[in-house]
Amino acid sequence: MDNYLNNIDSLILDVLKEVGNIGAGNATTALAKMLNKKIDMTVPKVNVLDFSDVADLIGGAETIVCSTLFEIEGDLNGSIMFLLETEYSKKLVSLIMNGYEVKDIDDLAKSALKEIGNILSGAYVSSLSGLTGLNMKISVPSLAIDMAGAILSVPAIKFGQVSDKILIIETQFLEGNDNVKGYFLLVPDYDSYDILLRSLGVSTNG
Amino acid sequence: MDNIVKVGMADLKTTFSPKILTTLGLGSCVGICLYDPVKKVAGMAHIMLPDSKNIRNNSNLFKFADTGIDALIDEMVKKGASKYRLISKIAGGSQMFSFASKNDIMKIGERNVIAVKKILNDYNIPIKAQDTGGNYGRTIEFHSIDGKLLVKTIGHGIKEL
Repeated sequence: MDNYLNNIDSLILDVLKEVGNIGAGNATTALAKMLNKKIDMTVPKVNVLDFSDVADLIGGAETIVCSTLFEIEGDLNGSIMFLLETEYSKKLVSLIMNGYEVKDIDDLAKSALKEIGNILSGAYVSSLSGLTGLNMKISVPSLAIDMAGAILSVPAIKFGQVSDKILIIETQFLEGNDNVKGYFLLVPDYDSYDILLRSLGVSTNG
Repeated sequence: MDNIVKVGMADLKTTFSPKILTTLGLGSCVGICLYDPVKKVAGMAHIMLPDSKNIRNNSNLFKFADTGIDALIDEMVKKGASKYRLISKIAGGSQMFSFASKNDIMKIGERNVIAVKKILNDYNIPIKAQDTGGNYGRTIEFHSIDGKLLVKTIGHGIKEL
């Protein structure tokens, strides 16, 4: 099998960006509604990375991030991650819980973050499902607060079984006043990459 | 900072005293450190998967425990280390996310550690120290001056091995 990721042309890039745009757009809207605040998002980036560069994706391998991971299963398989800077994750929990002050990310805060991740990833994946006509569902969330490099090694390893590069569709969102950043990462499994493109009418064979 | 050599994911590096090898944010991957205490040659590999066999796309040898350790030993010997003097220290292999899933890939950290130990054992390279498993990330620093391994974590302290 050829490595698809070696010959991504501009059409494929545009299609993948649009996937990120629609998915993250829906998730951002859900977040804005939840918080009753204006949330902006950046134009999605489609990253095809060597593994040695993966850890630098989110501000460096040692940046501490709060991450909720979901497995996508169905016609399309993969993972979706919702990442936040830790300080902002506390703020987010506080906003959701009517201003309750969050000093540490305790069990209650963790459970709130999982639920937020659940709603956002659900919004992302359901819009993706609507767009492609592919059936997909997400797993229960799993949360980790740790170094970005360690967290990103999880999708990287999954990809590493079939490829020497990894494809990540990244969208950043920003909340204006606090200038805080978060990320949605969509990582379709290698074998699902083709399925995703075909469902959108793009052939990977040339 | 000139003294520090960074090793990325699916990568390996070797160096001489007094340089320091480091890899940042090890998760389920395993950092394998080899050292020749006489020549003070140090090497570090950052492997992602236990086994290169039955894998379709394995052009990067540094990705796997088996081919990665082979390559690391070769590089060490090229730098003047003796195969028979090598000692090892290993870290990593955690499970970052817990899923009640049948998915084998979630236990990859544990499988990586088992594979690395077996291969080092087959080469008769003693494992002098290890800090593996758990559910947290590690940054490791391997000092070629004395073979010391520093393991830093978020919330689980710093260890000197």
